[in-house]
Amino acid sequence: MRKVAIVGAGLTKFVRRALETPKELSFEATSTALDSCGLKLEDIDCVAHGSAPDAFDGIHQKGEYLADGCGGWNKPTMRVFVGGATGVHAIIHGWHHVASGMFDTCLVVCEEKMSSAMPHAQGFFLTIFDAITERALHPNLLWIFALEMNRYMSRYGYTKEDMALAAVNNKRNGQLHPSSQFKDEVTVEDVLNSEIMAYPVSRLDVSPVSDGAAAVVLAAEPVARRLTDKPVWIEGVGWTLDTAYWGTRDLYYPRYLDKAARMAYEMAGIREPAKQINIAEPYDPFDYKALHHMEGLQLSPRGKTVELLRDGHFARDGNLPMCPSGGLLGVGNPIAAAGTMKVAELFWQLRGEAGERQVPGNPRLGVAQAWGDLMQVSSVVVAGI
Amino acid sequence: MAEKVIVSGGTPLSEDDIRSGKIFFTEDSLDCAYAWDTGVAINRYLAELKKGKIIATECRKCSRIMLPPRLFCELCFVPVDKWLYVQDTGIVNTFSICHVHWDATRIKEGEKPHLPAVIEIDGASKGMGIMHLLGEVEPEDIKIGMKVKAVWKPEEEREGSITDIIYFKPL
Ligand SMILES: [Zn+2]
Repeated sequence: MRKVAIVGAGLTKFVRRALETPKELSFEATSTALDSCGLKLEDIDCVAHGSAPDAFDGIHQKGEYLADGCGGWNKPTMRVFVGGATGVHAIIHGWHHVASGMFDTCLVVCEEKMSSAMPHAQGFFLTIFDAITERALHPNLLWIFALEMNRYMSRYGYTKEDMALAAVNNKRNGQLHPSSQFKDEVTVEDVLNSEIMAYPVSRLDVSPVSDGAAAVVLAAEPVARRLTDKPVWIEGVGWTLDTAYWGTRDLYYPRYLDKAARMAYEMAGIREPAKQINIAEPYDPFDYKALHHMEGLQLSPRGKTVELLRDGHFARDGNLPMCPSGGLLGVGNPIAAAGTMKVAELFWQLRGEAGERQVPGNPRLGVAQAWGDLMQVSSVVVAGI
Repeated sequence: MAEKVIVSGGTPLSEDDIRSGKIFFTEDSLDCAYAWDTGVAINRYLAELKKGKIIATECRKCSRIMLPPRLFCELCFVPVDKWLYVQDTGIVNTFSICHVHWDATRIKEGEKPHLPAVIEIDGASKGMGIMHLLGEVEPEDIKIGMKVKAVWKPEEEREGSITDIIYFKPL
């Protein structure tokens, strides 16, 4: 396998409802990513793109519809979709294209426009439940998160305040992100006082729905070295899928992530991730998920994560900054685009280009992760400089 | 190093932009209808529910007694043909107290919150939970680890559905 580097990245703003169409959003992010590394579309060999279910947009074969905006005209173009894990999985998908030797450059583009679905995009997630044994109970998507959060909290005796600390950490980081859809600082009290939706989930425990796009440019080693003196190498990738019988696993631990993380670390030659990884972008659609995923990523001992969070271990200037981008809670959650945004954050942080958000101490190794479906899929990318 | 331009596009729209006619939009709605066959294993599960019983299958290789019953063990990847009844009691593995509908609108004033739970069914392997609802319990009294029992619809109203169990109540 050949070495593959990230050489450019671009985003749109993440907003509740965007003027631009999905294609236009994709074009903005894609052209920004190309400009960032001085490439033109003609320099790109192939396109790997990702976006959520067609039902979100009400556009059948949405990948084909989006392709023009992703620079896909007349190029080998392939869409991946693995639910919420899509944004990181698309990077792995693009990595394969280049690592295999088939292509020298690959554009990875993820887009989501959640605002078109009426009255609420969440409705389309309801079809994730088993059609016969679960949907007859008229479930609400929040149920599975609430059930998982409650199990996680009760297992370790964590409180809602403990979980709110993660929301505050990420939302504070997000204040500095140029794509963020939030302006106001959020305190622990704000989270605790926000209305209860499905106990233990309150409104501010949850990331928002958003429109947005994200793109990165991948290149094989010789091309990458020609383009930049600071290529960010994809050092490890991992992904696994757990069973769809989600009620038969113990939800307190993200087993779906355990193996994916170990796979990525093994490829990257990382033996002690908690010591070796300098920045982490765990997938955080909910505050508890950031912590839950830190454990699955082997970056925090099970049940000790809140203690470390309270000690400042995961703060921007801590030993292992968690979601320096702000994550989904702090920047926004246009589903597939949000995962790719996390990989873009590793790119900027490892190059020392994150501006006000820059993590001190010249971070050398970072990990980004996304998760999707019925507590099932996880995709992990380790990047290093 | 100076921060590069990394963000472009994503122009926020407000409700006013749309209401005032500044932004045009088109609308359509899709009416998708489906009728799902219940398959071999779940068909038997539902037939037994109609009789007021919960049936599981057991994998001859890993010995897991599985709910919902299945025709193959997804871990061992072998066919499964051993059927056995389990209890209609269990313990609450986790639960939620839900105050919103699927579209995030709040339930009506005075309406009882929905009480979804994962219930580990007695007689199935440890940790074999199914999603169902709790009832005849005040939300604040629900505890993880609580023992519960199925409350069945009257026999003549059962139709071979997971909803033949109305909910689980504290034992
Ligand atoms: Zn088995």
